[in-house]
Amino acid sequence: MPVFHHLTPPQSPSQTDNDRVPLVSVEDLAFNYHDGLPALQGVSFTISQGEKVALVGPNGAGKSTLMLHLNGLLGGEEAPVRISGLAMARENLPLIRARVGLVFQNPDDQLFSPTVFDDVAFGPLYMGYDEVEVHRRVEQALEQVGMTGFESRLSHHLSVGQKKRVAIATVLSMEPDILVLDEPTSALDPRGRRALMDLLQALPLTMLVSSHDMRLVRELFPRMIILDEGRIVADGATEVLLADAALLDAHGLEAP
Amino acid sequence: MHFNTFDHYQEHGTWIHRLDPRVKVLVTAGFIVSMALLPDGAWLAYALSWGLVMGLAMAAQIEPWFVIKRSLLILPFLLAAVTVVFTLPGRMLWQGPWGLTISEAGLVRFLSIVLRSWISVQMAILLTATTRFPDVLHALRHLYVPAILVSILSFMYRYLFVLVDEASRLMRARTARSAQLPGMKSGRSLWWRAAVAGNMIGQLFSRSLERSEEVYRAMLARGYQGELLTMNPHHMTAFDWQILSLAGLLIIMLQGAGRIL
Repeated sequence: MPVFHHLTPPQSPSQTDNDRVPLVSVEDLAFNYHDGLPALQGVSFTISQGEKVALVGPNGAGKSTLMLHLNGLLGGEEAPVRISGLAMARENLPLIRARVGLVFQNPDDQLFSPTVFDDVAFGPLYMGYDEVEVHRRVEQALEQVGMTGFESRLSHHLSVGQKKRVAIATVLSMEPDILVLDEPTSALDPRGRRALMDLLQALPLTMLVSSHDMRLVRELFPRMIILDEGRIVADGATEVLLADAALLDAHGLEAP
Repeated sequence: MHFNTFDHYQEHGTWIHRLDPRVKVLVTAGFIVSMALLPDGAWLAYALSWGLVMGLAMAAQIEPWFVIKRSLLILPFLLAAVTVVFTLPGRMLWQGPWGLTISEAGLVRFLSIVLRSWISVQMAILLTATTRFPDVLHALRHLYVPAILVSILSFMYRYLFVLVDEASRLMRARTARSAQLPGMKSGRSLWWRAAVAGNMIGQLFSRSLERSEEVYRAMLARGYQGELLTMNPHHMTAFDWQILSLAGLLIIMLQGAGRIL
């Protein structure tokens, strides 16, 4: 039976929908920087509900650029990206942003409100939830990242590790379908990194996470996509790819 | 994107581009002072001055339209001068409510102020279009503008780009979380969105402040003592002197045209 998603899908897609429509589908995506240099070329992949995928590759490979496409921040209406079957049309973008929780690499970019509470509450408030629900979501999101009690603290006075956690809470409070995290463990000390890994492990969400941290990749992500010079050079089981020393070496990666 | 937003410099390699920046700064300053000194209603002198600006623009291969477009930026500031229309005594042209009257002398003065500021700004735009900003600053320093003022200008120029980047990243983060669910009204009220925007501006301010402290510490760490040093030697050539004298002469002639004709 053909499934044709034209209108907005229901709020909680049924199991049959999940089987047919991947959460994320990218087909032959290309993108050029302003100076005309190619940033992404022929990028295609899909992510199904519940998958945890690592996106690895050297600096400048196009990882962040790709992630910005998943939220409709780059690429425009014509981008060959679909989120739960939704095309990147202008009128779909707010719906897509409710589904894709994008966390920028630098938490200072993510946090734009005076206090932790304001920042975590922004998403649900914008979505139109009432005060009771917003409080519930903020409380729950902060609890998930282990930052309960920090509501009234000023975002820019937190440590890097705390900022990273709050940054993740700002999208958890929106209850997205997929978390897209750009290098969540960069600039963290070992303890902060460990805590963040435990947090990611505990979150029962679909994830696409870019990282240079190959131990994190091996521990948390069964699937791995290697991006280099704007192209996907490998997409498969992490264990298999990490065993391929020649492949890793060719793309500037190190086995953990 | 920011270089188009703020940096007017256009590389064309004409003789105007190659002039010593001191000459260009002096001539621009002299021209602006001369414009300010011209009497009201000296229309011919205004036209000649404008012709000079446009002629220079063409000689520098800068589109006159570019200069005119950029100069429209000052129009809002001219609102400050609008009061002279109503306050200057003279032959009455129009009588409105609340005792408002428009005098002929007031109108002439207002139009003169508009034209003179507008032409002056065009000259300044021409200067920045033909001279790299660091060279302008360097020239100012040579012309005995206090070091502290030049430093302030140079930091403003440098961090304008950083600030714009910062602001656009904050706005991108907001966009990324401006979401909607089917069947729910999103975006809340205009008042709420305005409050968020206000908070973001506050964030930008406190971050700028912190950034400036960091930069200052980094400068101290590298031996900064209140003076920015550059290694950009400028030599006045015979040609530079000739142009400077010629420009001085032209400015005096413009004054003459404004006062005598």
